[in-house]
Amino acid sequence: MAVKKTKTTKPTEENKETPTSTNRPLRLIQGNEAVAIGAMDAGVDFFAGYPITPSTEIAEILSYELPKRGGVFIQMEDEIASISAITGAALAGAKSLTATSGPGFSLMQEGIGYAKITETPCVVVNVQRVGPATGMPTSPAQGDIMQSRWGSHGDSPAIVLYPDSVKESYELTIRAVNLAEKYRTCVILLLDEVIGHMREAVALPDVSNIRIINRIKPTVPKHWYKHYDENRKYLSPVANFGEGYRFNVTGLTHDALGFPTNKKNEAHDMMERLRKKITFNIRDLVQIESREMEDAKIAIFAAGITARAAKSAVAAARKEGIPVGLLRPLTIWPFPDDAVRKMLRNVDTVIVPELNQGQLIHEIRRLTKDKDDSDLIPIQRADGALITPSDILRVIREVH
Amino acid sequence: MATIPQKVIHEYLRHDKKFPHVWCSGCSNGIVLGAIIRAIAEMQLNRDDIIMVSGIGCSSRMPVYVDFNTLHTLHGRAIAYATGVKMYKPHMKVIVITGDGDCTAIGGNHLIHAARRNIDMTVILINNNIYGMTGGQASPTTPHEAIATTAPYGNIEPDFNICELSMGAGATFVARTTAFHTQETQNYVKEAINHPGFSIIEVISSCPVIYGRLNKKGAPADMLKAMRDNSIPLTAYQKLPPEQTAGKLVRGILRQDIKPEFTAEYAKLCERAIGGKDE
Repeated sequence: MAVKKTKTTKPTEENKETPTSTNRPLRLIQGNEAVAIGAMDAGVDFFAGYPITPSTEIAEILSYELPKRGGVFIQMEDEIASISAITGAALAGAKSLTATSGPGFSLMQEGIGYAKITETPCVVVNVQRVGPATGMPTSPAQGDIMQSRWGSHGDSPAIVLYPDSVKESYELTIRAVNLAEKYRTCVILLLDEVIGHMREAVALPDVSNIRIINRIKPTVPKHWYKHYDENRKYLSPVANFGEGYRFNVTGLTHDALGFPTNKKNEAHDMMERLRKKITFNIRDLVQIESREMEDAKIAIFAAGITARAAKSAVAAARKEGIPVGLLRPLTIWPFPDDAVRKMLRNVDTVIVPELNQGQLIHEIRRLTKDKDDSDLIPIQRADGALITPSDILRVIREVH
Repeated sequence: MATIPQKVIHEYLRHDKKFPHVWCSGCSNGIVLGAIIRAIAEMQLNRDDIIMVSGIGCSSRMPVYVDFNTLHTLHGRAIAYATGVKMYKPHMKVIVITGDGDCTAIGGNHLIHAARRNIDMTVILINNNIYGMTGGQASPTTPHEAIATTAPYGNIEPDFNICELSMGAGATFVARTTAFHTQETQNYVKEAINHPGFSIIEVISSCPVIYGRLNKKGAPADMLKAMRDNSIPLTAYQKLPPEQTAGKLVRGILRQDIKPEFTAEYAKLCERAIGGKDE
């Protein structure tokens, strides 16, 4: 049975990977650059990718920087090869990452499922652009929210992070790499095109102060080793290829040793393991930002660049005396159910602005108890333009 | 040539894990596996340093049965996963087991690009001219006019010449042999593993249960004998007049060149990058 109860945590100084104090100089950098630096600061030593707008800067920067650190950069023949190569390298011990956009993200879906079923740590950065298909390569959209959760066939819980600034792109890249190592899965980082290309002044933390998580190494004798050992919270040690353990990895449904199985009980155990390692650790995974929500009667639920616009709208509306607040998920999957339920209890109206034809709003609707969801107000556009603060402010005034 | 006793071969199998295997009676895959194990045993390679990678298909089930580092990946993607492993741990001996559908249809892109890069790995492509696991559909190497379940009126497509394809893409070691010629297969596997660069061996094999039955090729032994009768060593092929070699399959090492290898070139690139750091 699914565990419904979820708890949410705000990013505090303790559970944040990156402290605020620093000796590194203030720099004006792009979101994509922040991702590349974040990846290196998190210990990423393997990148395989394929050029695609608007993510290409990440590959370009890493092609220059990784060889200087003895890391591997390889430009593959397509995105399918890219996700395959980072998974292969991760199984050999690498901290690996790839970056892409919508069309490439679609091509990677089978490989993402493979990384999840084989419990291989890796990170996929998707700098979203307008779809479907080739769409508008240089314009922003938030159309991959559901694909990042459900894109690969079969059931496979996802960890998906969503920054709203250049600084947070850096921080969540480090967090994505850490979570991939800790949870042995493919973690997805969703960026908006504008965040990938936007420049902001960022004071990066000292590298020595960043909290780095490495996969747990097995301590058992080699002949006792199980690649998918059962233990508390399903976070089991993992050996790498070439370390003497000689285990098997397969994309077929497998037993605890990693060998293919058709036995229903073993298939059940594997599927439950994949699910529980996410649902048993919701507290650790979910991060939200709550702004001006204490006395709010109107709430805005938004992620990424749309949340940036919402912040301005909230500030402007507050000046007019309207009790409005913002709830912003930094982790969109697993979805912050508890925080959203609390929001739904406390406010009269929820406005959900998003750059698509309705994705996040389905999750809010799932959590509303009333059949009548007329208090759920969408603001949607998928034409490559942004939702502006004044667009949101206009709706706030209308519902107030 | 060292003789490898049966006992030694058994040491390389995961007896306690997942036997019996999935292969049909009369399938050539076991013969090829035997040749690979004998080659590795003869070379006395450290098993911890060997990684066997495969895609999807009958032959791609091979890694599950052997006691190496083993990686059974997605359909067509074995070489791409293998590239990741090799780039991160260049000292490892990477052996890719694949089939004609896996490697030249869905995985064709990865084959040609790995060959172009000349990345050090050994691809053993077991060509049975059919998709066996899914029940006998036409593959890129199904001969013209042959019958398959998706070519019930006869295959109208020309077939790939895998060795020429690989050479065209830049592979530096290219060989062809058959499951009948087990000693030759064993020797080529050794040479390919020792070759510093991208090596590919096309092993012509038989699928008597599906391909053989659809095309009336007789019993498993008949199909093996046909490999003997219809193939000709490269040296003989070069000496004989064209009328005597027409329709025969050439066996042998068709190319063996030394060219810059990709992981070695990458190591040099890193040295350049580190050296130029302070400029």
